[in-house]
Amino acid sequence: MSTPLITPDLVAVDLAAADRDDATRHLIGLLAAAGRVTDAEGFHADVRAREAQMATGMPGGIGLPHARSAHVTAPSLAIGRLTQGVDWGAPDGPATLVFLIAAPDTGGGDHLQILAALARRLVHESFKTSLREAPDAAAVAEIVTREVVPA
Amino acid sequence: MKFVAVSSCPTGIAHTYMAAEALEQAGRDAGHEVVVETQGAAGSTPLDPAVIAAADGVIYAADLEVKDKERFAGKPFVDVGVKKAVHDAPGVLASAIAAVEAGVPAGAAPVAITSPATKVDSNASVGVRIRQWLMTGVSYMIPFVAAGGILIALGFMLAGIAWDGGNGAVEVTKIPVADLVANFDPTSLQQWSAVLFQTGALAFGFLVPVLSGFIAYAIADRPGLVPGFVGGAASVAVGAGFLGGLVTGFVAGGLAWWISRWNVPKGVRGVMPVVVTPLLSSLLVGIITLVVIGRPIAAAMDGLSDWLNGLSGNNLVLLGALLGAMMGFDLGGPVNKVAYTFAITGLAVPNLPNDANQFKIMAAVMAAGMVAPLAMALATVVRKGLFTHAERENGKAAWLLGASFISEGAIPFAAADPWRVIVSSLVGSSAAGALSMAFAAGVRAPHGGIWVLPLITNFWGWLIAIAVGMVVTCAIVVALKSARPSAVVQAEQAADAQLAAAVA
Repeated sequence: MSTPLITPDLVAVDLAAADRDDATRHLIGLLAAAGRVTDAEGFHADVRAREAQMATGMPGGIGLPHARSAHVTAPSLAIGRLTQGVDWGAPDGPATLVFLIAAPDTGGGDHLQILAALARRLVHESFKTSLREAPDAAAVAEIVTREVVPA
Repeated sequence: MKFVAVSSCPTGIAHTYMAAEALEQAGRDAGHEVVVETQGAAGSTPLDPAVIAAADGVIYAADLEVKDKERFAGKPFVDVGVKKAVHDAPGVLASAIAAVEAGVPAGAAPVAITSPATKVDSNASVGVRIRQWLMTGVSYMIPFVAAGGILIALGFMLAGIAWDGGNGAVEVTKIPVADLVANFDPTSLQQWSAVLFQTGALAFGFLVPVLSGFIAYAIADRPGLVPGFVGGAASVAVGAGFLGGLVTGFVAGGLAWWISRWNVPKGVRGVMPVVVTPLLSSLLVGIITLVVIGRPIAAAMDGLSDWLNGLSGNNLVLLGALLGAMMGFDLGGPVNKVAYTFAITGLAVPNLPNDANQFKIMAAVMAAGMVAPLAMALATVVRKGLFTHAERENGKAAWLLGASFISEGAIPFAAADPWRVIVSSLVGSSAAGALSMAFAAGVRAPHGGIWVLPLITNFWGWLIAIAVGMVVTCAIVVALKSARPSAVVQAEQAADAQLAAAVA
């Protein structure tokens, strides 16, 4: 694990987004700026394709767009805390906390364990709450890095 | 109680693990033990057989086919799909407990997710319903494509051994059925290969009628079957191919639906479904196909043939591109047939030199005709999620069919999503035809695909032409399908979810 899953520059704490696409595009921009996604448009298409199969809205105001894509260089997480919720297809209402997972499409196994661990943490209310209440981007990244460890 | 569960999702990085965590947590909260096998992208660790043995019931929170499902045979189960487990794990657990308490009999058949998509939701929008009707026809046609195509391909392979000189795939098609019936010799490999080939060809004879018949069946239920099949056969008779079959399917279904709703006197009502509806609807479909559709198609084919013949002598690469496009357009339909006939007519000229243009034309046509099924097979591998279960299954057979120059292998894909598949097939096949010409590949055999490779001059160039065409078509079809995800695939996934919910 040479590259950490998340760094403070992959977190947007006051993200104003019009809709699902807008929020996703903004988070992809962060990944692209950090050099973790080589082709923002291409990756966005992959995420959209996944989203079209089944919306990734999760219980408790979570949006979890994700894709395995050739345009991703390292397993990465970008987090957006939205100022206003947008519909993510979850039955219990709009999403205010968006996790964009980017996974390379090559190789399985080890480097995906960390993403599996993240998905498991997301089920826990305390984890989500601590992320919502974190004061700034650095704190959000720090919580994820501390809490998400491969099983 | 003790439960084992399997979770999986299309991407295998999010839902799979969230469902697992949620189920385990729900188990802990309710005082039950839940052990989950996550069949995700990070690889899966199989459940300990002892844990499975000790479990009272099984929870399938899986959107993909469960790996090694037979391990859980005989245990009560619920099959809910991964989303339900993420959103309502306690509810899923409760229904699993109910299933155990109800004592679902051991050996109860698991729900077959890959069964043909025959369920047409009458509340769906018109667009979705049209696609569901199409998909019903396609899903019944696919086994015919696979069985017939593989038999033909096996016939070619066996013929390659049975005849010396590498042109067995040509010789095998020259043995008529009457000859097989009268003089079958069980020790002759040649005769056996002819049996395989002819059986496959017979199965192929059903492609368009089955497609048309089951589209009509999906629309009008049983009254649609007869006019649908008759219309499909009529479409074959006038050379309209699968595109004609799509038309006759819809026309026949519509007619049967309409006639079966007539308000008729009581005395006639009894004979409506057995006599009147099939009789009238078949007659009408026959008239429409033979008289209305047949003539313009024949005229267009003649015109196209004349035009092609007038072109000869021009730029060969351009001709290759044109013939390739025609081959890829309707996969055995009229346009394809004109290009193919143009090529094999050229072969009939006696005493051609080895580098004759006629052989190059044949090679270009053959290369182009192999592109569509190979490309669709490739696409189902590189972008599984864009295809229905049935299409993915068909993709497996399409490799062999494409390699054997059986363009029909791509028909299920083209029938299910005509314009995207045809556009991509057109471009890739055209590229293959042009490249085959550019490499000056040539072949004396009118069919056989890779089974006549020894007869092909410059076969490396020819193979490259096919590979390029295949990649081009695959790339375009993936791009087109990704740009607007298919309502068919979505409808099927919705149907799967409904099915799963019904079981739960």
